[in-house]
Amino acid sequence: MPQRCNTLFIVNKAGGLIYTRHFSKENQLNVNDCLRLASTFHSMHAIAGRLTPAGAPSGIETVEADTFRLQCFQTPTGIKFIMLAEPMVSNLDNLLRQIYSLYSDFVLKNPFYVS
Amino acid sequence: LEMAATNQKGKAIVDRPVPRGKSEVSLSAFCFLFSEMVQYYQTRVNTTQELEKKLAGAGYGVGVRMLELVCFREKGSKRETRIVGMLSYIKDHIWKAMFGKAADALERSTEREDEYMIHEKEPLVNTYVSVPKDFGHLNCASFVAGAVHGILDSADFPARVTAHTVQFTNETRTTILVKFSQEVMERERRLG
Repeated sequence: MPQRCNTLFIVNKAGGLIYTRHFSKENQLNVNDCLRLASTFHSMHAIAGRLTPAGAPSGIETVEADTFRLQCFQTPTGIKFIMLAEPMVSNLDNLLRQIYSLYSDFVLKNPFYVS
Repeated sequence: LEMAATNQKGKAIVDRPVPRGKSEVSLSAFCFLFSEMVQYYQTRVNTTQELEKKLAGAGYGVGVRMLELVCFREKGSKRETRIVGMLSYIKDHIWKAMFGKAADALERSTEREDEYMIHEKEPLVNTYVSVPKDFGHLNCASFVAGAVHGILDSADFPARVTAHTVQFTNETRTTILVKFSQEVMERERRLG
């Protein structure tokens, strides 16, 4: 994991947060804030998808600010992989795709995973 | 009298040639199937011991058929009658047919003369399985242990076969423990 990534969220189809992982020691959001962030982002993603004037609805991919960068990858099954990182980090989309590949292997093929 | 089932062309299933057998199945397909099997048994048992027994039962049938198939395909080999020969055959040929590579090691227990162990660092069936803590020492390689049990029973080496998780300092390994019955040990002694 690159040094400058802060947090990874995995949000399921219904908008509930199913996984959080922090990679940096400072600025950690507490659990309730993480849940609120996940559900709020889920709703905004859905609304943004409807706002496109033309073409297929797609939702929010990146949110860039001065102090952070948020990248979201939505899978065809509705799961969102959201990564919070420092502003100058690039190639998060590829990273999130790799994470999705690992998720579909080690989570979905695990008989003891209850979704 | 029941005739063998015939397909449309009138060829009975016992007349068709046995498939060559160099085909491979994708790991993903197998792991999904295995995962469903574990989940299926989980709803029908109450303890981890029972789950391991069910998985071993499922593997038993696979083992019986694997022995016949591998022996048939590998024309020209003699039937194994000694313990070490049989276990080496399992470790090499059966493992190669099932998992694509031989098992890691075969070891004889120093404490008891009727116990042997097949070591496998990461069994293929456990590739994507993470056992939660409240399941204790459950090892889904019990399926593989069941297959070995089926093979040994068919080859006339009655034994008790179980899968164990062995904890090392920084990793866990799987061991398949084979405990042969008295008659096998006596026969082995007679054969010298």
